[in-house]
Amino acid sequence: MTAYLPPRVRALIILTILIALAPMLFPSSFYYRVGTLIFINSIAVIGLVILIGYAGQISLGHAGFSGIGAYACALGPVHLGLHPFASLILGAVVSALLAWFVGRPILRLKGHYLAVATLGLGMLISMVLTNETQLTGGPDGMAVEGLGLAKAVRETLGFKVKTSVVWYWFGGGMLLIGAWLALNLYNSPTGRVLRSLHDSEIAAKTVGADVARYKLVAFVISAAYASVAGSLLALFNRFITPDIASFLHSVELVTMTVLGGAGSVLGGIAGATLLTALPQVLTMFHEYEHVMLGLIMMLVMIFMRDGLLPTLRKLMLRRAIP
Amino acid sequence: MKLKEVFKTTTLAAATAAMTTLATPAFAEILIGSTLAITGRASFLGDPEAKTLAMLVDEVNAAGGVNGEPIKLIQYDDGGDPNKARTFATRLVEDDEVVAVIGGTTSGATMAMIPIFEENEIPFISLAGAVAIIDPVKKWVFKTPHTDRMACEKIFTDMQANGISKIGMISGTGGFGKSMRGQCLDVAGNYQIEVVADETYGPSDSDMTPQLTNIKNAEGIQAVVNPGFGQGPAIVTRNYRQLGIDLPLYQSHGVASKSFIELAGDAAEGVRLPAAALLVASDLADDDPQKPVVTGYIKAYEAATGEPVSTFGGHAYDAFKMLVAAMETAGSSDPEAVRDALENTRGFVGTGGVVNMSAEDHLGLDLSAFKMLEIRDGNWTIVE
Amino acid sequence: MSELLQFVFSGLTVGAVYALVALGFTIIYNASEVVNFSQGEFVMLGGMLTVFIFEAGLPLWGAAFLAIFITALVGVLLNKLAIEPARGASVVNLIIITIGASIFLRGLAQIIFDKQLHRYPSFSGDDPLHIAGATLLPQSIWVMFGAAFVFAGLYAFFTRTLTGKAILATANNRLAARLVGINTNFIMALSFGLSAAVGATAGVLVTPITLTSYDIGVMLALKGFAAAMLGGMGNPFGALVGGLFIGLIEATTAGYLTSEYKDAAAFIVILLTLFVMPQGLFGAKSMERV
Repeated sequence: MTAYLPPRVRALIILTILIALAPMLFPSSFYYRVGTLIFINSIAVIGLVILIGYAGQISLGHAGFSGIGAYACALGPVHLGLHPFASLILGAVVSALLAWFVGRPILRLKGHYLAVATLGLGMLISMVLTNETQLTGGPDGMAVEGLGLAKAVRETLGFKVKTSVVWYWFGGGMLLIGAWLALNLYNSPTGRVLRSLHDSEIAAKTVGADVARYKLVAFVISAAYASVAGSLLALFNRFITPDIASFLHSVELVTMTVLGGAGSVLGGIAGATLLTALPQVLTMFHEYEHVMLGLIMMLVMIFMRDGLLPTLRKLMLRRAIP
Repeated sequence: MKLKEVFKTTTLAAATAAMTTLATPAFAEILIGSTLAITGRASFLGDPEAKTLAMLVDEVNAAGGVNGEPIKLIQYDDGGDPNKARTFATRLVEDDEVVAVIGGTTSGATMAMIPIFEENEIPFISLAGAVAIIDPVKKWVFKTPHTDRMACEKIFTDMQANGISKIGMISGTGGFGKSMRGQCLDVAGNYQIEVVADETYGPSDSDMTPQLTNIKNAEGIQAVVNPGFGQGPAIVTRNYRQLGIDLPLYQSHGVASKSFIELAGDAAEGVRLPAAALLVASDLADDDPQKPVVTGYIKAYEAATGEPVSTFGGHAYDAFKMLVAAMETAGSSDPEAVRDALENTRGFVGTGGVVNMSAEDHLGLDLSAFKMLEIRDGNWTIVE
Repeated sequence: MSELLQFVFSGLTVGAVYALVALGFTIIYNASEVVNFSQGEFVMLGGMLTVFIFEAGLPLWGAAFLAIFITALVGVLLNKLAIEPARGASVVNLIIITIGASIFLRGLAQIIFDKQLHRYPSFSGDDPLHIAGATLLPQSIWVMFGAAFVFAGLYAFFTRTLTGKAILATANNRLAARLVGINTNFIMALSFGLSAAVGATAGVLVTPITLTSYDIGVMLALKGFAAAMLGGMGNPFGALVGGLFIGLIEATTAGYLTSEYKDAAAFIVILLTLFVMPQGLFGAKSMERV
């Protein structure tokens, strides 16, 4: 039946079903939190799928944009009197503008040089957030005004719900919107140029594409995604520290993207799911937690080069057509 | 995709199922949770805390448990990351269903977790330093370590007694250093002390001679304070001697472990710091109420781990003992009853001092809990 | 004036460490175009192994050599078990593999060793030398000479010896290298071993100054990587200059401007340099194959 649907619609349907059905397997309300974190990470990762998977550019500094989004939501309501949701938009706009401003010179760089430049950018943002204690509360972080979702549900619908349960559905909705936008981009003319960049920048240039402009577009979009994810995390946790903008978080985001399969939105979400849920499972290994995590990362990359999802899909196809 | 999702969720579910079966055996158990920075930048603090808790649980259970029920400790490693800490706090409350939580090695992690415990009404004893944890008082939140504000006050009192009024500060930019720097700047005026040089260093920096050179050259400077923990203070101390600065150097309670003396070597001679009685157990007067407590803890910890004791493990010791005492007083492990008993803790003798909690004070320590120590001949000496 | 000299001493000491890490990156990059993010863990292993072997009773120099040797073996194993099976994988995959290796090694170190800070005595005592009003620790001289020595050795190795040239040839074109009779597997193993040994040497030299613990590798890898890129990836001279340059920027910024933003100053300089010179200071202009 689904065979007649275009792939992106199919992907969205699969995603919707998974989000809707997963709670049936949750043994306790704690899993709504893990689910929400998966959705939030997935949103940042979708941005990187556009940058890494579509356009073939690397970034080791995207956590910086998450930091901007997070602190926009922390500071917006306090200093500008903005609604938290307006602060989220503001954060995304600031991130996009910053990406646009620094994107041109940075994206002229290639490969590892691009990696170190984006790393530097992320470090600079993280340092400002850590050092401007007056504004950001420094390394110990600051409280964030929440969206009041649970309260809104209680008042309008008249029953009491746990914050994390409301957030699960809210985050799931946000993820679906993010995925829908990215999947549409994939099939748009812009998306096609981006993917041609991934294969060969020079070939794209020879057929007349304004390579620099399209790279910049991917960079700006991915920055906005990262920023929204950061905002959501801040609003969800109602507390934020500069750790969100750290180099380690940047690396984590890239790892999620590549581990799941950078080429597709669903692959990215699979990666985000794996790396967000894994630490919760690995707690049973106690002190061997980090050894296991490192081992799993290496094994996936050695034996599933295209990432988790594409490899599994290939395996299933092979079995289906003997 | 579908398969993978399903696989993932079932693994998670299976893992939890396995854990819940372990956690809820036929007989009653008291579940206590803890999430600490066992790894990461604050593992220096979190590691002895975790080991202390594990040791004490065994000890209590061997002696028949609390109110006749054995304690089960569920311990997670948040690496000092507030987001992870909050996730584990939620897990402890909603999934493991613990009755009380000890933890939060860092102030950032603690602050991120507090709303969870307040919302779910679970007593929580933090092991982090910042004064913001208990000021303003939160109904379900307690803490055992002296605040950074108290450390500043203790240092400044000592300076005042020695006629020092112009000082330099060199602070770590980690949570601990930043927070204590802020508190010190805040209270300096109360002691007629002027900060004439204010430098910082990053948590993984390896040379602080440029900053110290500036401090050395500051006009009229009489002493230097170094808020921070980990490798920073040891390197600052060594650089201090390398540059030949012969002004008094004050470290914070963040270096209160024997390893600081080992790491800083001869350079540590003459360094002063405020610290708990734990470090000078053998020098305490025989009638000091803390003497049996601290010597007992030192003996047990060193036998259990083979590592020298630090005041950080002592914070966990105090938290656990106070919690157990509260459960015994309350006669149950019901969170509400335990919280009330915790708030009524009076005259509890711990490694950090004598604790007198109240509805207005969820720390219960005063400045007398701090001793001013000086390092002489590679050992701590009380100087007051 | 004596202040400036003090800042320069500080910058050169720290910079020499960055340079050694950057040199480690360079060796592996030259052989395989892999950027090895577990380079920092080699430095950690060098220091931690020396600490524990020294405490076990071996003389310091013996402990140091044994530590360098064991770390080199770890490097060879890393290549054999994680990099070789992933041959042909994309650059990003290889980066993730080395990041995984770094988490793995760090996790292992915290179990095998411990989570405390450690240090052993300086090689030539702790009495500082006084030079024109500034002070310098003898151990700093050890670090600077160590970096200079390693650099000179590598430079000679890559330009004068057949094996060194074979490494460069392998990086340039693996198939062609194999066709002219170069054992590329051996070259890969050699470069990982060598790089690990260089990293461990850095760890051995700096531990008396900077102290060591199981997790010092992350920040060092980051700074070393930045230094290597600033100098131009693949060029040992670039790695040396890049490392020292970053060390000097940090020290002078901390001394003259603001200690809070000294790391920021280093990254701003890197960004500006790359905007003007996209291949770093001394990087070769590479032609992209179509």
